[in-house]
Formats: sequence, C-alpha cells, structure tokens
Amino acid sequence: MKTHTLSVLVENKAGVLSRVAGLFSRRGFNIESLAVGTCEEPNSSRITIVVIGDDAHLEQVKKQLNKLIDIIKVSDITYHDHVARELALIKVNAEAGSTRAEIMQIASIFRAKIIDVGTRTIVLEVTGNTDKIDALEKLLRQYGIKELVRTGRVAILRGAKTVASEK
Amino acid sequence: MKTGARILIESLQREGVNTIFGYPGGSVLPIYDELYDSSIQHILVRHEQAAVHAADGFARASGKTGVCLATSGPGACNLVTGLATAYMDSIPIVAITGQVPTSMLGNDAFQESDITGITIPVTKHNYLVKDVSEISRVVKEAFYIAGTGRKGPVLIDLPKDVNTSQLSAPEEEPGPVVLRGYQPTYRGHARQIEKAIGLLREAERPVIYAGGGVIESEASCELLELAERFGLPVTTTLMGIGAIPCDHPLNLGMLGMHGTEYANYAITECDLLLAIGVRFDDRVTGRIETFAPHAKVIHIDIDPAEIGKNKPVTIPIVGDAKGVLRDMLHLLEKRESNSAWLARIRTWKEKHPLKYRDDGLLHPQFVIQELSSLLDGNGIVVSEVGQNQMWTAQYFCFRQPRTWLTSGGLGTMGYGLPAAMGAQVACPEKTVFDIAGDGSIQMNIQEFGTIAQYDIPVKVAILNNMYLGMVRQWQELFYDRRYSYTELPSIEFVKIAEAYGIRGMRVDSAADVRPALEAAIAHDGPFVLDFRIEREENVFPMVPAGAAINEMIGGHQQ
Ligand SMILES: Cc1ncc(C[n+]2csc(CCOP(=O)(O)OP(=O)(O)O)c2C)c(N)n1
Repeated sequence: MKTHTLSVLVENKAGVLSRVAGLFSRRGFNIESLAVGTCEEPNSSRITIVVIGDDAHLEQVKKQLNKLIDIIKVSDITYHDHVARELALIKVNAEAGSTRAEIMQIASIFRAKIIDVGTRTIVLEVTGNTDKIDALEKLLRQYGIKELVRTGRVAILRGAKTVASEK
Repeated sequence: MKTGARILIESLQREGVNTIFGYPGGSVLPIYDELYDSSIQHILVRHEQAAVHAADGFARASGKTGVCLATSGPGACNLVTGLATAYMDSIPIVAITGQVPTSMLGNDAFQESDITGITIPVTKHNYLVKDVSEISRVVKEAFYIAGTGRKGPVLIDLPKDVNTSQLSAPEEEPGPVVLRGYQPTYRGHARQIEKAIGLLREAERPVIYAGGGVIESEASCELLELAERFGLPVTTTLMGIGAIPCDHPLNLGMLGMHGTEYANYAITECDLLLAIGVRFDDRVTGRIETFAPHAKVIHIDIDPAEIGKNKPVTIPIVGDAKGVLRDMLHLLEKRESNSAWLARIRTWKEKHPLKYRDDGLLHPQFVIQELSSLLDGNGIVVSEVGQNQMWTAQYFCFRQPRTWLTSGGLGTMGYGLPAAMGAQVACPEKTVFDIAGDGSIQMNIQEFGTIAQYDIPVKVAILNNMYLGMVRQWQELFYDRRYSYTELPSIEFVKIAEAYGIRGMRVDSAADVRPALEAAIAHDGPFVLDFRIEREENVFPMVPAGAAINEMIGGHQQ
C-alpha cells in the first residue's frame, strides 16, 4: 500500500466532481484528499487526488477514472519528481502575553503567516507538505486549537514536464 | 423559430431513429405534442421499466441504438433498473427524460427527481440540458457515446421550459462530435498482436473464451474463421452465445456456473486462454485463483479497464474485437495441429453431454429443445431470469449473433417480455419468443397490454414450476430444502392473456409440447403458452458459488 498522487484534467462542467467522487465511493476506492480548481487550459479544471493502494488497485482507479467522458487525462505523478502543497488555516487560543509571543515565534519558524489577531485568538495560515502541517498542528495543540481547516493536496511536476492534455 | 421539443425530434430523426418506447407525463408533454404528427413511431408501454427494456431488446436484436422516453420524477426513476441492465451488458440506449422547469430545479418541485445524479452509476454518461441551444449537440453526442467504444446507455434530462422555449437564432446542424475525454482505442497494438500470435503458435491446449463484446463488435465471422483456421475450441459466456453456431464442432457451449462440463474442463486444463470481449465475471470464473490456472492469457477488449481487472493477463490488447481478430488473421497463416487436445475435448463432449431425465414427464429442457428444433436456428429468443434463462442458454441451439437476448450482468427478472417486444419491433419478420419463469413474467406482465394493443406478435413460453425456481434450487441444495417464500400459487396465465385480448394455451404433458409450440408459431399475433413443468427440476451442472469451475455438482467427476 502506498500513497499515490493523481493529477486529473477534467472538463470544467457542472457535476464532474460528483462523478469523480461517486466513482470512488461506488468502487470502494478511498480518497485521502481531493482538491479542485480551474487551470491553465480553457474550459478545464485540474483535480489533485490522493489515494492509497497497491499498484493493481491504482491501475483500476486510473482506468475507471479514464472511462468518465468528462475526464480528459489522468496522470499518476507519484513516481515523477513533483512538489506538493497543502494549505491550512488554524485558529489557536492566544491570550495577550507570553503565549501569544510563543505562538508568533512558532509561526515564524514554520514560515506560517499570521492573518488575523483577535483579543483571544490568532489565525495562522500555513502551506507545505502534509508532514509540516501535521507538525505545526501538533505544536499548537498545547495552546488549544479552536478551529482548523485544511485543503486537499495540490501537486505539480518539477522542471519543464507538464501533465497537460497533449503530450 | 423552433421549440426545444421540435429540435429534439429532428435531432432524433437525424440519428435515424424511427421507434421510441415511452410513457407520457406533464414534463414531456411538449415532446409528446411534437411526436403526435412526426414520422417517429411511438410505442406506449405500460410501465417505464418496460420502455427501457424494450429499447434494450431493440438494440440487441438490431445492433442500432434503442431509444426510450419517460416523464420526470416517477417516470424517470422507473428507468433505473433498465438502465442498469443495459449498462452491465454494454447495450447502446439513449434514454430521454422530462424534468421540471429549470427555475424549479432543486426545489423538490412536483415530480422532480435528480435523475442525472441517480443514474450516474448506471449510465455511460448523462446530461442535464439547461438551454435549448444545447439540444441538438447533446443528442448527437449521446448517440455517439452510446454506440461507440464500449457501448452503453446514455441519459438526456430535458427540463420542461427547455422543450418549450424557442431558439432565437436559426438552428444549425451540430458539427462533428469533439470530446476531449473520450477517444476509444479501436486498433489493437501491432506489437501486442504479434506477441499474441507467437503464443498462439506455441500453445498446445488453446481455448477461446468469447463474450458479449464479440457480438457488439460484430466479430462473429472473424471469430469463426480464427477458430476454424487454427483449430481453436471456443467457449462462450452467457452474453457470447450465438457468436459461434451451437452445433459447430469447435463450440464448447457456455462456461461457468451453469456451463458445460467440457467447457469448464477445457478452461481448467488449457495452456492458452484467448479471451475476447469478456470481463472475467464471477459467474464465469468461479474461484478466480483456480480459473484457467495453467494458462497464459491474451485478453482483447475495447475497454482497458476490463483488462487485468479480475485476472492477470499475459498479453493485453486494447481494441475493437473485429479489427484485432482481422489483424490476427492476416498474421497467422496456419498453425501446427493440436489434434491431441481436440481429441481430448471430443472425448469429454461425448462422455459428459448436457442431459436431463428422459421419463416422458414435462421437463423444461424438452420444451426448449422442441422449440429449438422448430425454429431451426431462426427467430429470436429472449429469456427472463432464473432457471428458464439457464436452460435456454444450455438447450437452445443458437446459430447467429443477436438471436439470443438476456439480462446477463444484472440478471433482471422482468426483462424478457419487454425486451422481446423491442426485438420484435426491430425485426418484424422474425419469430420472437420470450422464455419465462412464472415469477419473472409477473414482473412486467402488464406488457401483455402493449403487445395486444400494437399486435406485436411475441410468443411467450412460460416454464411454470410454481416456484421462484432458481432461488428454490439454491434452497434445495444449500439451505436444506427450506423453501422460504419461494412458492408461488398456481396462476391461470391463459386467462390473464385472454383478459388482455391475447390467445393462450395451457400445456400439461410432454406429448402436447410440440403441437402447442406449432400453434403459437403459426398464429399471427402474440401468444402465451403456460407449460406446467416438473416442479423441482434443477439446472445442472452447477458450480457452487466460490468453488472452482471444474468442481460441478450434477456433473461427472473427471
Ligand atoms: C428483479 C429481481 N428480483 C429478484 C431476483 C432474484 N432471483 C433470481 S432468479 C429468481 C427466481 C426466478 O423465478 P422464475 O421467474 O419463476 O424463474 P425460474 O427460475 O423458476 O425459471 C429470483 C427471485 C432477480 N434476479 N431479479
């Protein structure tokens, strides 16, 4: 079992996401994370899907995805050199005083941005790979996390290679 | 200016549609109004499930795409079973449904259902059309998708206001279909085909395992030529029956759960399995680890997702069966004879034929054999689901593709009568029989009304055992004969038929079988035969679920 990152180019049409998500649940494939947004190609979106499974399982996932009419291209970039990022917004308890300073210090070490400061809370924005965000979350837990939201993973190949519709 | 409904009808005509099976309702009224004086024939079924099965039967018998029409909400929902049936068997259908007006979408309006959402898992693709300008393009795409690649059902959902609104600009014929995400591979990879030929040359005990894909790609002739030229025995799936003539010396009949002993033995011992247009379904393979355990596998399929899905494959060939087989025929001149293997198969065939008790009582297998000899390879036979289906698959001699229609993948009781109706409409000159169980026929028996109204001369042969026979068989074999809720009371099907204005005949003895069948065939309208068969007859041989396919009950042990 291995974590795979799929980069999927789809038609930017209503209902595509539910077709994709439905396919995963119906066939018993587990989605770890899914992120979607428009992309460089007109009328297209790119979905980054993280899924866990062995090679045969992944082969089926890819083939079944490819059968959807609105899916233009499926690329498994796991074994290609790529960069991947997630974003998290974390609202943490921060009474004025020493804790607040500590949190700000942690934020700077993790290159997290402080995007809101209230009388009792601070909101941090952090991007990075899953491990980095996990680590920050763990550290902040001691102050009390009031709310945390994370995006799915987005990923892109390094260098000149792309996963565009034409090779 | 044209309305949406008008554009729909014209788009259907452009696709060559001449028959629609449907049922009206509020949201499709604009379409019905257009149909009223159009050249398209509409057949009013009695239940929407029958409309989609009829479109399916029409498609299987003719090779064209079947079309059905239903209203929004309940009408659309009644299509689901039929869509799932067609999806599992890769049958091209375009289903058109009405929808509430776009302004009311998502409001839980009267007779609203999210039919595109509901049918995503049972269609190849579907559309919710939001604007009148999209109709002609969507119809063209839908037919293209349904009838190409791995075929399948496509649904088009049309809100009422889209049908009534007018196109502001004059309508143009849609251009060629461009779908970035849909490019089926038809040509098999040349190098793979060469490698496959290499394996075929070396094989000592080759077997062809052919399925519905051969029928859908119209590859029967190529299959036969390949088999004959190289002495390859052929076994077919339930869906592949008819791809090779039943009485051909190389035909091993059906394999799998109720397959012939010789087919299952041949699969178990073969050293090369040439799988064409099949999907290694569990009803075929039994325990997958013991399916063709000594064989290298060549798998030809238009759908790459089927290759390696259930069984690892030595040589995958993605492509259209017809084209791939042609390419193979070009490359392979003649092959060393594998006469020892063919002789071994012949011995199995002689020693372990399909058989049933010959005691003069009314056995269903006898009914089917009699029908088979009367039709003599002509006509179309449709089945319902259960024992009736398996006996027909085993004992009817099919000689041509598209003459055997059955719900293989989903196993839908109630499929037979409406599908037979559709097939008969597609092929008016042929004798069409629905072979039914007394349980299954009652799932869509209201269609007696349709065949009577339009005088569709379908013949219905009910193998009446007063049980849900196949379930009873499982209860007998695996649940200690505890017949929990599988007994059906005696029903006078002839009277039901008569109430609908259809002729019928009850048959209680073996001696009456032939005259009754002859009477039904001779009658030039629909006809219902109620055969009171041996009640506890079983389908044998049978591979118990989860066993290896050479471990059959009711067969010889090798
Ligand atoms: C719609 C549907 N419901 C239930 C089943 C499960 N099932 C499979 S075979 C069978 C019995 C069929 O009985 P009958 O039509 O009388 O045919 P027989 O087996 O007696 O020939 C049943 C209930 C099914 N295949 N389809």
